[in-house]
Amino acid sequence: MKNTKANDWQVKVGLAEMLKNGVIMDVTDVEQAKIAEDAGAIAVMALERVPSDIRKQGGVARMSDPKMIKEIKKAVSIPVMAKCRIGHFAEAQILQALGIDFIDESEVLTPADEEFHIHKHAFKIPFVCGCRNLGEALRRIGEGAAMMRTKGEAGTGNIVEAVRHMRALMNGIHRLQGCSKEELMTEAKNLGAPYDLVCYVAEHGKLPVPNFSAGGVATPADAALMRQLGAESVFVGSGIFKSSNPKKVAKAIVEATTHYDNPDKLAKLSENLGEPMHGIDVRQLGENELFAGRGW
Amino acid sequence: MKTIGVLGIQGAIEKHLDSVAAIGCRGLWVKTAADLKKIDGIILPGGESTSIGKQLEWFGMMNPLREAIAHGMPAFGTCAGMILLAKDIEAYTQARIGLMDITVRRNAYGSQLDSFITDLQVKGIQGKIPAVFIRAPRIEKCGKDVQVLASYKDHPVLVRQKNMLAASFHPELTEDTRLHAYFGKML
Repeated sequence: MKNTKANDWQVKVGLAEMLKNGVIMDVTDVEQAKIAEDAGAIAVMALERVPSDIRKQGGVARMSDPKMIKEIKKAVSIPVMAKCRIGHFAEAQILQALGIDFIDESEVLTPADEEFHIHKHAFKIPFVCGCRNLGEALRRIGEGAAMMRTKGEAGTGNIVEAVRHMRALMNGIHRLQGCSKEELMTEAKNLGAPYDLVCYVAEHGKLPVPNFSAGGVATPADAALMRQLGAESVFVGSGIFKSSNPKKVAKAIVEATTHYDNPDKLAKLSENLGEPMHGIDVRQLGENELFAGRGW
Repeated sequence: MKTIGVLGIQGAIEKHLDSVAAIGCRGLWVKTAADLKKIDGIILPGGESTSIGKQLEWFGMMNPLREAIAHGMPAFGTCAGMILLAKDIEAYTQARIGLMDITVRRNAYGSQLDSFITDLQVKGIQGKIPAVFIRAPRIEKCGKDVQVLASYKDHPVLVRQKNMLAASFHPELTEDTRLHAYFGKML
């Protein structure tokens, strides 16, 4: 069988399918990567600073040092992801050359292009992108993202934005399901989304790629909440390694992601986890301090 | 109507449930040991074998699942599911069911950039079937009771030992349901 574009797409979305029903954890060094793997993470996101530190320290946040990414790749057997800046296709080329498994074109880093995102179909490596609503999700998928994650507000330990974005996305999907065929082109126009993808969502009642949640998960209950709202997996950033007991919290969030619909199990595994990440009230943040508004 | 369970801890669970429905069987998302009593056979899906294996132990499901398969419950492991079935894993020690007399090497075909799709000739199935390999494990050795049903580049990729069927690849990621139908006949 020839290696066609359609095959490439199937292989990219295929890996995203394998990552469903699990937890992807941010790690900044080999030791954290091993803790994540031992806790049952299905992949790690290698980055130099977790989002809460990026928020605190300010400055320009860029792709991580390839040396650090390579060390983490060597230390674990599960897939390794890394972030590039929005629109920074040269960083993406470098990450692809490192032979990692997934690239996150992420609003957590400082955007390199305020007008255009990366043309992701041009890459062999799959991409995940953030979204706040259905239109944004379908634009990224149109560019070639093989996995979506709602943005939430990374580095806050506050689930409120993740909930807002997941609800907006799911409402958008449910709305399209109720539309007649003649309404769909107008919907595509209003959403600013590719027509064929709008038709797909209207027919299937879901995105054409897996749909995960990110940005603010700090407890097992947060993970269970996002799963019940429609997230097929959960990204956890600062929530684990900014808690007082990362090993315990990491394992509990993995268990909660599996048994999100079993309150008795959730009650048990939420017990005695120590101090969670401190967290930030998102309403105290200024407009220019919000990551979710980066990208369109 | 027969019921095929899909081990529902982590991974591509929904895709297998779609394939199960497509061959006219009832599907069940299996999360607890009690669920094992409700099914005629079980699919162990692709995903991350380390995470699935650990959670099986944490939730007290590893022993009941191993016993059910040892007592003859038909099991079909794909990718990570095959790793869970394997008796030996090269270079790693990890929690697993370990009943099938095969030695596998994890991620032997490389990282995601080396993932690929090919067509396979399968013993007992007419025509070729499409096979999606994603960060796939490779079968390095098979015991004498293991029957090789398909190979790719000199390595077995689909094998059977009595009630156990295992594939390095992902039949659930294609529309072709002939392998699921083959498993359905093992029930």
